[in-house]
Amino acid sequence: MAGIKTLIGKGTMAQNHRPWPRAVVTAETWAGAIAGLAAGQWNLLGLWGEPACVHMALLDATDGEIAVLSLDGASGRYPSVGLHHPPALRPERTIRDLFGLEPDGLPDPRSWLDHGNWDLRHPLATKPSSVPIEKTYAFLPAEGPGLHQIPVGPVHAGIIEPGHFRFTANGETVVRLEQRFGYVHKGIEGLMTGATIAAASRLAARTSGDSTVAYGLAFARAAESALQIDVPPRAIYLRALMAELERLANHLGDFGAICNDAAFALMLAHCGVLREKVLRIANDVFGHRLMRDRIQPGGVTGDISSDDFTTLRALVADIAARFPALVDLYDNTASLQDRTVSTGIVTTELVRQYAAGGFIGRASGRAFDARKNLPYAPYDSLAFDVPLLDAGDVNARVWIRIREIEQSLALVTQLLDRMPEGSIRSNLPAAGKACEGMALVEGFRGDILVWLSLHPDGTVARCHLRDPSWLQWPLLEAAIEGNIVADFPLCNKSFNCSYSGHDL
Amino acid sequence: MRKLLFQSLVQMPLTEAAPSADDKALAELGASLARVTRRRLGRSLSIREVDAGSCNGCELEIQALGNAYYDLERFGLRFVASPRHADVLLVTGPVTKNMRMALERTYNATPDPKWVIAAGDCALDGGCFAGSYAVVGGVSAVVPVDLHIPGCPPPPLAILRGLLALLEKVSAG
Ligand code: SF4
Repeated sequence: MAGIKTLIGKGTMAQNHRPWPRAVVTAETWAGAIAGLAAGQWNLLGLWGEPACVHMALLDATDGEIAVLSLDGASGRYPSVGLHHPPALRPERTIRDLFGLEPDGLPDPRSWLDHGNWDLRHPLATKPSSVPIEKTYAFLPAEGPGLHQIPVGPVHAGIIEPGHFRFTANGETVVRLEQRFGYVHKGIEGLMTGATIAAASRLAARTSGDSTVAYGLAFARAAESALQIDVPPRAIYLRALMAELERLANHLGDFGAICNDAAFALMLAHCGVLREKVLRIANDVFGHRLMRDRIQPGGVTGDISSDDFTTLRALVADIAARFPALVDLYDNTASLQDRTVSTGIVTTELVRQYAAGGFIGRASGRAFDARKNLPYAPYDSLAFDVPLLDAGDVNARVWIRIREIEQSLALVTQLLDRMPEGSIRSNLPAAGKACEGMALVEGFRGDILVWLSLHPDGTVARCHLRDPSWLQWPLLEAAIEGNIVADFPLCNKSFNCSYSGHDL
Repeated sequence: MRKLLFQSLVQMPLTEAAPSADDKALAELGASLARVTRRRLGRSLSIREVDAGSCNGCELEIQALGNAYYDLERFGLRFVASPRHADVLLVTGPVTKNMRMALERTYNATPDPKWVIAAGDCALDGGCFAGSYAVVGGVSAVVPVDLHIPGCPPPPLAILRGLLALLEKVSAG
């Protein structure tokens, strides 16, 4: 089978797009790419717009090759990808909402992020219209004897983000779940357009607060690729250290919270303590509990001392000593297993089709972790495993997290052992000419894609941030089908997708 | 499990001494509390958290209030699922245009006397999201705010101090 390079070979190569190639292609090549997506040849990493152009990022899972295809959209229309490849449905509805570009043949005419409240239409188009869209929204019909609907949200019962879930149930059993999002749409990509790199970096780090390190890193790496600068080795290690601490804190929090949603509060209490320990030490060592804004294009903002090494090693030892008892407890509590085993199953076909990453993909047999499959420094020189399971249920998503906690602890130790000496920041050169950079970074939730295009004066021409949740949320609709309504919180927590990262 | 439970019994508790109520917050609250019917709530407040557009960072720190170190419930403070059961709305985020109506409705569903705390830099004035076509602004642009807790996100201790300041004022009233 021809590879991705052949696919884009006929296109016009963008001159300053790094590290992967981007080609402006014809409608024919675009159609060929769609056919490849539908046939399962490529993974769709992202699909985003510009005022007169659409881009799709493809991954060849067999060899790790990536390319961006760009299609001219000056006519205001382009051939729909979603028509043949369902994972593109929501991105295309979004491109229409934001830019007014019409995907020809898209089966779903409804808006996605735009709820008719913005006082304008197509906010990112060259000329937005002052007439907002209608506020009415038609949920998919579900009719039949014995069916009833349960609307939930946007304001939920817990301390969580807002979104709307529309359940159609037959008695206790969920027949269909339909999600509606966009409530926390802040217009981040709009705010980024024209911003300085420093301002855009702050916005990127506020796309999804739980992944602030991963977003900071993804944005920085995209900017560094665009500007062609090298980051000092010590900064690369410090970044990875923060990334692993973030993964650790989030996985610990999730492990406790999932068990809590199965009414096993003891685990939340213990995991909450471990998570708090990580955050406090992050605060001591890096000066912020979530380590926000510590990663900047060019490097990191602060160094760590020899005392910090001791503190971090003690943290790893402490968690490594306490964690196994919690894993045993999970493994040996039948009432807990009863809730998690075989609940909310996602099939391997679906995670492959959606290119879903993170623990959701890896719990359903998709062996993808950006740290391994598209290795970036320092992970290319560190030893770690990517745990993989194929049951695809809540239990499997718990176990992937457990194993990743163990891997992250080992990674922190390796990073400390091998920490290079030297500076922690390179100066950013002036852009001088228009340039583009792209990065894929493995956050705790999955791979985050950042695509950045810079003006010659170094300000942002366009930045697209694709949260892993885009590829995961739709699978929750599938996972809950046939489960009971009462298991939804458990399934949802085992997914733990980001609303803010998705809504932007 | 028995071993874990036993260890918890014999270990010293992790819960830390109560922080003092935030003085600045006490001053800020003075005016707002004089306005309302002061009523003893038995040193207890029910809080409904509303994410009006946050990045979810503020939520993480609010959730942390429940862990063993802060143990929010020992102060008589607890999170409730419905605004109809709440005395306090703890609102985070810049208010997005898509969340404005939900926030208004939640406020209207909360019985009097009620207080609104805006947590986080975004909740003050929209933070770095101010000026976007999709953002209304800070929380006070939509509902009256009694107390603001700064930070991005405010650490749990800062949120706790603010809540305790409110509790002190309410129960002294
Ligand atoms: S204040 Fe900071 S943490 Fe809170 S919602 Fe705003 S950006 Fe997120």
